[in-house]
Amino acid sequence: MDALIEYSPSLLGGAWVTLKVALLSLVLAVASGLLGAACKLSNLLPLRLWTMLYTTIVRGVPDLVMMLLVFYGGQLLLNEVIDYFEWEFIEINPFVAGVLTIGFIFGAYFTETFRGAFLSVSAGQLEAGRAYGMTSWQVFLRIMFPQMLRYALPGIGNNWLVLLKSTAIVSMIGLSDMTSLADQAGRSTHQPFTFYLAVCVLYLAMTAVSGWFLGRLTTRYNVGVREANV
Amino acid sequence: MELFDFQVITGSLPEFWRGLLMTLQLTGIALLCGFAGAVPLAVARVSKNRWVSGPVAAYTYFFRGTPMLVQLLLIYYGAGQWQWMQAAWEAGNPVWLLFREPFFCALLAFGLNTCAYTIEIIAGAMRNTPHGEVEAAKAMGMSRFKALQRIVLPSALRRMLPSYSNEVILMLQGSAIASAVTLVDITGAARNVYSRHFAPFEAFVFAGLVYLVLTFLLVGMFKYAEGRWLAHLAPRKATKRKEAA
Repeated sequence: MDALIEYSPSLLGGAWVTLKVALLSLVLAVASGLLGAACKLSNLLPLRLWTMLYTTIVRGVPDLVMMLLVFYGGQLLLNEVIDYFEWEFIEINPFVAGVLTIGFIFGAYFTETFRGAFLSVSAGQLEAGRAYGMTSWQVFLRIMFPQMLRYALPGIGNNWLVLLKSTAIVSMIGLSDMTSLADQAGRSTHQPFTFYLAVCVLYLAMTAVSGWFLGRLTTRYNVGVREANV
Repeated sequence: MELFDFQVITGSLPEFWRGLLMTLQLTGIALLCGFAGAVPLAVARVSKNRWVSGPVAAYTYFFRGTPMLVQLLLIYYGAGQWQWMQAAWEAGNPVWLLFREPFFCALLAFGLNTCAYTIEIIAGAMRNTPHGEVEAAKAMGMSRFKALQRIVLPSALRRMLPSYSNEVILMLQGSAIASAVTLVDITGAARNVYSRHFAPFEAFVFAGLVYLVLTFLLVGMFKYAEGRWLAHLAPRKATKRKEAA
């Protein structure tokens, strides 16, 4: 217990790193998810094929393999580019590789979530917006997006919880997140069980807080919707 | 320097083959054990008695709320923290000695993890059983156990197939972390090939392709299984409707 208190600042610092990786990946994933959904719903066949390839590859390849490829392969590719343009050496750090990979992977899951949600907004709403003389961007921003979010929220919540847990693998490419800090602390104090259990508790705390926040969001975006009492 | 050298892959095919066998063993055994444990525990999960469903709920909450990597490290590296465990190791206790084997620890972690997810999948399917079916079983004079065995479980285990296929695929992908405890699965083989040849593209792209093929095979298997056991829930074919009209 003393060891846990002694190392708690370091562990909490690691929790902050984990949270940063998760939140930045979430932003990237939502952006690529929106883009992917737009492509998947577009009339252009090449765009649809491209997103199909994207979602299939992400579903079929483990996140760790993709992360190792981005981390080691990305560096090699970057070195080639740097040599070609004779720039100064740039290093891909584990943080960037982690965020890019997790964002890329969950972008595919968000693509599916948003595609379904876009389809759920009734066409009459969009037509009404156009009838009022809104531009298509205004229709998207004022009518499509707020209503789409209501349908997408359960999926967003699920994806976020899975995303949060998958951040643990960034410790395997050397990022000092809470899992790898717990590993170090466990080795130096000979109490690995205590520290890994502490990491589990921190993850559970993060999921509990996100669950509360998602509940609030759901209430906010369901205002004015009547639900059947089952 | 070339970016993709096929000789690196052909030269390390035996290593990848052994890695493939390791991945298949790990996921296969973990899935089998996890499923076997999940069926009775799902029955306990839907029980109205809180003393029965509560502990199962706590178990699934913990294992579904924490990363599998941390669970694996907790079991493999964490076991050695306990004095009694170390004493048992020195005494040569065959059961506790298993906790020094990375293969056993990975199986235990993966099995417990997939069991927790499978419990919730089966329990969800059981709760969605049409209440008329359960009432009909009661009216026929079946005991609770008979109704479970003849009515609720056969139907729930069929209806869970689509979500269970997801879980199986996620388990296959999740097993990639086995290399964190020195096991050489497909990912582990790729990491070895990378560090030997400094060839990240060859190693990881090939490993990714192997996983992709395995995923396709699993998807195909579950499609077949759904056609066989879920045919009554499939949407009717358009041609049949034409004939009827």
